[in-house]
Amino acid sequence: MSETATLTVADTLPRCRHCGEPCASGEEFCCIGCTAAYRTISGLGLGDYYQRRLLDPKLRPPKPEPADRFDVQSAVVTRPDGMHEMTMIVDGVQCGACVWLIEQVLARLPGIERARVNMTTCRLHTIWRGPAETADAIIDTVEALGYRLVPFQFDRQQQASDAIERSLIKALAVAGFAAGNVMLLSIGIWFGLDDGMGPATRTLMHWVSALLAMPAIAYTGMPFFRPALAALRHGRTNMDVPISIGVIVITTMSMIETLRGGTHTYFDSAITLLFFLLIGRVLDHRARGLARASAERLLALRDADVAVLQPDGSVKRRPGAATTPGEHIVTSMGERIGVDGVITQGQASLDTRLVTGESVPQRAGPGTQVYAGTINLAAPITIRVTATGSGTLVAEMARLIEAAEGRRGRFVVLADRVARRYAPAVHFCALLTFLWWLLVMHATVEQSLLIACAVLIITCPCALALAVPAAQVIATGALFDRGILLKSGTALERLASIDTVVFDKTGTLSEPELALTGIPDPASLSMGGALAASSRHPLARALVISAGPVQPPANVTEHPGQGLSLMTPLGETRLGSAAFTGAATSDDAFAELWLSEPNRAPVRFTFAEAYRHDAANTVTALQAMGLDVHLLSGDRIEPVRLAAEAIGITQWHAGCLPATKMALIEEMRARGHHVLMVGDGLNDGPSLAAADVSMSPSTAAEISQNVADLIFQGTALAPVLVAIHTARRTQSVMRQNLSLALGYNVLTLPLAACGFVTPWLAAAAMSLSSLLVMGNSLRLQRRMDK
Amino acid sequence: MNVVLLLIAASLIMATLGLVAFLWSLRVGQYEDLKGAANRILFDDD
Repeated sequence: MSETATLTVADTLPRCRHCGEPCASGEEFCCIGCTAAYRTISGLGLGDYYQRRLLDPKLRPPKPEPADRFDVQSAVVTRPDGMHEMTMIVDGVQCGACVWLIEQVLARLPGIERARVNMTTCRLHTIWRGPAETADAIIDTVEALGYRLVPFQFDRQQQASDAIERSLIKALAVAGFAAGNVMLLSIGIWFGLDDGMGPATRTLMHWVSALLAMPAIAYTGMPFFRPALAALRHGRTNMDVPISIGVIVITTMSMIETLRGGTHTYFDSAITLLFFLLIGRVLDHRARGLARASAERLLALRDADVAVLQPDGSVKRRPGAATTPGEHIVTSMGERIGVDGVITQGQASLDTRLVTGESVPQRAGPGTQVYAGTINLAAPITIRVTATGSGTLVAEMARLIEAAEGRRGRFVVLADRVARRYAPAVHFCALLTFLWWLLVMHATVEQSLLIACAVLIITCPCALALAVPAAQVIATGALFDRGILLKSGTALERLASIDTVVFDKTGTLSEPELALTGIPDPASLSMGGALAASSRHPLARALVISAGPVQPPANVTEHPGQGLSLMTPLGETRLGSAAFTGAATSDDAFAELWLSEPNRAPVRFTFAEAYRHDAANTVTALQAMGLDVHLLSGDRIEPVRLAAEAIGITQWHAGCLPATKMALIEEMRARGHHVLMVGDGLNDGPSLAAADVSMSPSTAAEISQNVADLIFQGTALAPVLVAIHTARRTQSVMRQNLSLALGYNVLTLPLAACGFVTPWLAAAAMSLSSLLVMGNSLRLQRRMDK
Repeated sequence: MNVVLLLIAASLIMATLGLVAFLWSLRVGQYEDLKGAANRILFDDD
């Protein structure tokens, strides 16, 4: 009721000229930060920015917010030539205008040599002369405009992936160069033979083709020969094996023909085959690399710095990963704990939903072990850092994850399964053809060999090898546009065959942020919201969301660890902990904030988890698709039962330890089911690893995000449904592609066996089949728009 | 015959130049930000 009233009120409020958020009537800007940003931008003559930019309402508005001041100097690198450089991740770049603005504003800072934003990876790279402290000015400038900066860590895995991509593109370039030139010569031969090209010219053309193609094939075939050899050494076979055999046979046979001065050579088929296949490989690798980089970026944006206690009592901020065991960190009220450690001072009320799934805050005091990802709600605490990942819970999770992954076994993709039967079948046909021509048709050995090789050439799996990457690339792109990051190459196929979905409760079925419960009286709500707008405490933020558009008063004082206060003509209004506002402590364990206004009884705001707004609909849709839906939670029976009833899940287990969840999933798999696990907490890690395929929201614990195959963003649960739909459609397109490719082989194999196949026919057939497969995959893109 | 030899040599040289240019552009990092490149065309810089 009050919600609809708030919506109409918000519509009539003017919008901030800088960030687009609603502001109080009569105002042009919603806060001081936006006012300052607007003045800076206009003052520099860059006012065009406002005309050109395109704000996406679903993304964070460019509102300058006080950010954690991290240790800047650790991100600055000094170059050999004396200049300094720094790479940071930029959050909030929505369009070209943002890039232009940041680069223009930074270019005007003294000493800046280069400031460039990479829109694909959202990184800001700066190089400057002068002192390293200029980094602070750079960061302050960009953050004052409304963007957020976070230091960028060079990831070794990402670097390796980039190196592979570059080498694939290089191979693609060489293959394209060689294919184009060899085809040029081949077309000359094909049309020239009828027009009276003599054997001398033809042999010359063959020799030039050979000189071009041989080194090119040797270089560009490596991405296929190496995995083929590796698979064969392990006694397995994959799609690369028939490709490699085919290419090597074609090349050898063509070389022999060239030496003999023969009529037909097939260099063009070999190199064109490699060219097409490399296109598929490059696109596939790039799509996956982009998804993985986005996942890393989301994690980096979330990582908070910690305040390390110095011997002299002062506090210095540093990234959580840069602390050493034994150091003490101070975690203030509302801050997320960034390391594993033991509390040494302070009585805490901790939100452990990301770690254990408990929906109710836990009390903890000195001596209690705490984990990264827990939120400190009520009072500042001091924590002694223990070795990262050595805490019993984290080490236990890592051990269970490793065991689960080992037990899960290797998933054989559809393409490799087809290759297993395809390669022997094709080689058998070639052998039959050779014997038939030699023994029945009484041809010479050379002639029979030639025809047998022609069979191998025509059945070379170009379309077959493109069938899967073609569909996969388009599906990955479509998912990426919907905010779903696909990290694993085999995940789509595994996702298509599931029949069971297992959900975790806290943070997965429910939103990761706590929300206000109950309907407090509107006057208290707007007063509380106005005060809370000045704080970044998660409960304060939840209060602001419920209160709707508020105009924060200018002189709110924040008392660290206790709350906020505001002097009004009537007296002092306070928002904060029970002790701060003079309220009585309550018995129940809800997360709470108290508001005390002068001459009024203190008002209590309670916060609890809220289910995702489409959770019930999504589960109904999944069940309608014929999937079996389960709920496994580590929380107590009562909240789990309520959740299951509210959302419509009939099969649920409460009080599950991480090992219990994992065992339940492995038991389902043992019974022959294929399980999708959706979870976010540290305690979900082992079950994510044990399931056939796993998804995590982008707010999940780091270990879970690393284990999960897919990561989805946003507050809706619908991405689970979208991913399953996409996977099924992609699987059907892949099967169609494979049928098309196999069909073309079945048609052309008899032609080859009868000796009708010439080089031009082979090249044309290969190109046509590849085009068919690509065209069919593009159909996938059109149907994705649901 | 001589013409054919000349033509083959010429086309190979041109194609090699093209290949070298592409590999150079790859090494210099022109393919790292395709989205940004698309947007920068629209910047109104003097």
